[in-house]
Amino acid sequence: MTTEEQYVAAAYLVIFAVVLAYVVIIALKLQRLERELAELAELARTKREEREAVPVG
Amino acid sequence: MPNSLRRNSLPALAGLSFVLVVGAIGLVFFYAPVDEDGLNQKIFYFHVGIALTAYACFAWGGWKALRVLWKRDEEADLESYVAIHQGVIFGALTLVTGSIWAKYRWGHWWEWHEDQLVLFLILFLFYAAYFMLRFSVPPGPRRANLSAVYALFGVVLVPVSILAIRLSERFIHPVAFDRGGPNMAGSQFFTFLLSWAALLVLAATLYHVELAGKRIDVRLRELKEALR
Repeated sequence: MTTEEQYVAAAYLVIFAVVLAYVVIIALKLQRLERELAELAELARTKREEREAVPVG
Repeated sequence: MPNSLRRNSLPALAGLSFVLVVGAIGLVFFYAPVDEDGLNQKIFYFHVGIALTAYACFAWGGWKALRVLWKRDEEADLESYVAIHQGVIFGALTLVTGSIWAKYRWGHWWEWHEDQLVLFLILFLFYAAYFMLRFSVPPGPRRANLSAVYALFGVVLVPVSILAIRLSERFIHPVAFDRGGPNMAGSQFFTFLLSWAALLVLAATLYHVELAGKRIDVRLRELKEALR
């Protein structure tokens, strides 16, 4: 590989690496959102069970 | 827009950006001729497209900032922030790919006497500082207003940065376009246009993905508050 080819490859690799890093960051964020959503669903379930446990009248 | 189309618009956009990026890389390496500048000229197709996409993102962020101040559009604040975030990512890529090209062609990574390079760096740093301002103010209307005013100030730098190469008396940065049109063969121009289109669609895809994530984040916080 000539020096010129190495520079061209480096430029395109940088672009690819940045887009890939972006996708990884978004994936990590999605994972966090999924975890938070599961916690909220659990919280909502607990609240409903507490409401149902209270005797009526 | 029909519901089914709206539901599938993001996957369709992602698919289109994939096809366009692959097509553009194919044209850059297998269709566009290598001219007297040599193989390093292949960096130009994505470098210039990325720079123009960064300008487009900043302009879009400015437009959304204007809507925050003008229409009191609350959603526009988040949209402006995401557009500027995209602009900073594409701006960083412009600086890195440009520096790689400069190292080969000029023998050094940066040229401080080049007005266009320095102005682009100023524009990039200006918008990088946007995040410091934004996150130093608690969320709410004050933060939205301050961010919008700052984003609008930055938009003024965009035409200055684009025109710098024409205003400058001394430059060594190549001129891809002048008053006579593009300084390249038809096949090179076509490859450049497709590369730019691919980068614009890629930026639009990333913008919508990030925006969707941020909106879910905001709604989850609201839901958390409501459930406590």
